[in-house]
Amino acid sequence: VVEGLALLDLGVSPYSGAIFHETPLIIYLFHFLIEYAELVFMITDVLTAVALYLAIQDFNKVVFKKQKLLIELDKYAPDVAELIRTPMEMHYIPLKVALFYLLNPYTVMSCVAKSTCAINNTVIAFFILATIKGSAFLSAVFLALATYQSLYPLTLFAPALLYLLQRQFIPIKLKSKSFWLYSMQYASLYLCSLVVIICLSFFLLNSWDFIPSVYGFILSVPDLTPNIGLFWYFFAEMFEHFSLFFVCVFQINVFFYTIPLAIKLKEHPVFFMFVQIAIISIFKSYPTVGDIALYMAFLPVWSHLYRFLRNIFILSCVLIVCSLLFPVLWHLWIYAGSANSNFYYAITLTFNIGQILLISDYFYAFLRREYYLTHGLHLTRQDGTEPMLVLK
Amino acid sequence: MGLLSDPHCRRALSRLVLRLNTPLCLLSYLLGLGWFLALPLPPLAPRTYMSENAMGSTMVEETFGMGERALSYAREFAGHKKKAGGMPVAWLERTMWSLGLEVHRQPFTLTLPFPDETRERYMVKGTNVYGILRAPRASSTEALVLSVPCSPGTQNNQALGLMLALAAHFRGQIYWAKDIIFLVNEHDLLGMEAWLEAYHDINLTEVQSSGALGRAGAIQAAISLELSSDVVTSLDVGVEGLNGQLPNLDLLNLFHAFCQKNGLLCTIQGKLPRPEGDSLPAYAHSLQTLLLMVLAQASGRPRGDHGLFLRYRIEAITLRGINSFRQYKYDLTTLGKTLEGMFRKLNNLLERLHQSYFFYLLPSLSRFVSIGLYMPAFGFLILVLILKALDLWMKLSKGETGNAERLWDGDHGEPRPGLLALVPPLVVCHAAGLALYFLPVLGQHVATQHFPVSEAEAVVLTLIAIYVAGMALPHNAHRALSGGGSDRGWMVLKLVALLYLALQLGCLALLNFSLGFILAATMVPAAAAVTPNGPRVLLGVLLVLGTPAVTLLLTIFLQRELEEAPAGLGEGWQLFLGALGEGLLQHHLYGSILYPFLALGAHPCWLLLWNVLCWK
Repeated sequence: VVEGLALLDLGVSPYSGAIFHETPLIIYLFHFLIEYAELVFMITDVLTAVALYLAIQDFNKVVFKKQKLLIELDKYAPDVAELIRTPMEMHYIPLKVALFYLLNPYTVMSCVAKSTCAINNTVIAFFILATIKGSAFLSAVFLALATYQSLYPLTLFAPALLYLLQRQFIPIKLKSKSFWLYSMQYASLYLCSLVVIICLSFFLLNSWDFIPSVYGFILSVPDLTPNIGLFWYFFAEMFEHFSLFFVCVFQINVFFYTIPLAIKLKEHPVFFMFVQIAIISIFKSYPTVGDIALYMAFLPVWSHLYRFLRNIFILSCVLIVCSLLFPVLWHLWIYAGSANSNFYYAITLTFNIGQILLISDYFYAFLRREYYLTHGLHLTRQDGTEPMLVLK
Repeated sequence: MGLLSDPHCRRALSRLVLRLNTPLCLLSYLLGLGWFLALPLPPLAPRTYMSENAMGSTMVEETFGMGERALSYAREFAGHKKKAGGMPVAWLERTMWSLGLEVHRQPFTLTLPFPDETRERYMVKGTNVYGILRAPRASSTEALVLSVPCSPGTQNNQALGLMLALAAHFRGQIYWAKDIIFLVNEHDLLGMEAWLEAYHDINLTEVQSSGALGRAGAIQAAISLELSSDVVTSLDVGVEGLNGQLPNLDLLNLFHAFCQKNGLLCTIQGKLPRPEGDSLPAYAHSLQTLLLMVLAQASGRPRGDHGLFLRYRIEAITLRGINSFRQYKYDLTTLGKTLEGMFRKLNNLLERLHQSYFFYLLPSLSRFVSIGLYMPAFGFLILVLILKALDLWMKLSKGETGNAERLWDGDHGEPRPGLLALVPPLVVCHAAGLALYFLPVLGQHVATQHFPVSEAEAVVLTLIAIYVAGMALPHNAHRALSGGGSDRGWMVLKLVALLYLALQLGCLALLNFSLGFILAATMVPAAAAVTPNGPRVLLGVLLVLGTPAVTLLLTIFLQRELEEAPAGLGEGWQLFLGALGEGLLQHHLYGSILYPFLALGAHPCWLLLWNVLCWK
């Protein structure tokens, strides 16, 4: 950002150097705030925490109302009393979410490093707040801002749409006219705000070169500096020949999970949003620990799933060990010269596998709880033995 | 994830871990130790081989014949050194200039955190003198270094003489593609650190040096020479560098190859090579050499002046000429020929040495154990901690689900075991670690005012005092919070301590395997066995034996035993105090990680385990 600002001050397009890949709105924001950079990042973190707090508070109310409705409609099996959530247990969850975000070492590291990921997190947090409060317009605007800054929040369109439809009590059937009408409204709000923001950027800098610099950069992954993601090593080892094919494969991998998850989790859009944010932060082309901090902040919301989580101990150990081994192996590779990139990538792979297993564990636990709620906690087969639940 | 998600498999695995925990832990520990002891055996220790293509053969015609000239330089240097009472800078500059080298001098000053016994003052001043032999037909992009320490008294005079003779000889050759820097550093490691920092223009320690320095490009390799006699019986090589970093194995292979070519007897760890064979004495000898290397690497102390080069990615070794009571002696000409051969081969390098291993252990000069073969030993030791941690976790979750089923009408706060009860012990232990790190050096003046000791002694005694005081800390803070003082409390604390220890040792083993292994071997049994419900005295003794300070004491005795110069109790204790002071000094002077790791990492962990033992 500093280089971009310097180039802008010289009157040259900030994208003519190869380092700056942020959007024009960010550069104008920092044009005025570069003196107070530390303060800016601290304030963005606090704003994210506050937004998450308010969002989860509202969400808890919605969850409780839905639970009451389903109990009255007798949708739950009779012996699931211990799975029902009470307001008392849910009372401290918003505070825990805010604290989880603020006290997470990843957030602290991100703030100290002054990574613009913090601003990304703030925008996504405000988007979540707007969606849960039910305001389609604000939600579309914030989603457009998030997509404008880094392309991947595009996939959050589906969970937001599902949540807003649920809130308006519009059933999700492909034949229903009101469904299509509302979706078109929301999509048009989103696209219009996106177009407005892009045109605004054009007028700010009087050129279109921010589009290849920002979006082309995210999609085509030209810079292979090692990070905690999966792309750099792969593309460093690959022949030129195949790199286009693999870039497409890797990018499709990020967007691909939206549709199956939308089908499976259409009744639970906020959980879908959580899983989607996690998938973005694992598979995006340039992930940072700030992205991880954002989805980890949501974990207290699903703390009632704790009894169904199967490998939480091993996974948390794996994640902590990998986070600690990252700097050690980086030191050995870059400074001591005794290791090489394979060591570092091994830890990257293990870390990402740990994250993927964490998300799938939560996914499994969530679905299992839903199953128990509708089918009863103590299941028996026809012959009276204890059955085994298999995720198909 | 079929293994972990299949419920039958999970139940079988958890039953295995819970029921067979102690036997599995014992087995794993013995396997780890056994694997380590088996390392010198041939299947695990293959022969060394030269990996770098450019240094393949020793086909070089050495023409060095200036042994006499080296001796005469040595005598002159001795005389001038005595006259100057330190380093004869002017004479050195004049001589190097007359040899045709480009001479530079670098004065440096350094403030010690506390004056140790050898130097006895806070400020150290010195001068490094070095001459650069410019390669006649190449651009000065790469360089090699031959360094000789300028020691007080009559040490290392012949080394300097040999260096000057080599410089004279090298100057007459036309095949040099890299510049050669002939460095004479004062105050051993201090001078070397000052020179390296000034050369690379960085500021790691607070050494101040002045003067514009001549540079010769990126240094590819460095050899440090120590020679105090006119004839030698063997040439000893020192490989361990700062923080246990090792040079590329190829450099060692080069040395070994050239010693064999010139018929020079070469040793490692001061031990003469035994003939190969499968006999028990041969195995014992290899094991002794291996253990000496492990102990040297674990201390993190550089074996010679070369140790500081490794940090800058410059491969370096120290060659030490030893004159013992053997019959066959080699003169300086042979030594010079060996060095000339080595330098000619290093001259051939096209890129930095990277082909061979950076992580290895040496049971002898011709055999090595690579990281892939010695890490499993450490892995088995850490497995003990992981098994114990899994066992505790399963016991904790079983107890918790038992509780949850009984009272279903409301959860008490977090579904996890009460984490808040852990905070006081953690804070107290880490505060003790911080005190151990900061107070000795900061408090030395206060200590010298009140007690009749010198500063160095004050620092060491404060260190020991804080260490022992940590054991007597009040450990009942956990009772102030609810949820503590129960069985679950100590189990959670032990779980955290075990994971913390495993994490630290794992990270350490990657950086310095020997230190990680020694600490693991001593701390793991105590850590796994400790419980407040068992035989307290026995476990207390075990835990005290496993503490890093006692490990240091025992390894000092072990090292002297292996060097075949066993130390008595009093001498051992003095060496122990000296080692403590040295460790502190090295941390402040060169950035050694042993002391901060033990003070801020291992000691708090050990205090947590002590806390578990003293749980009421």
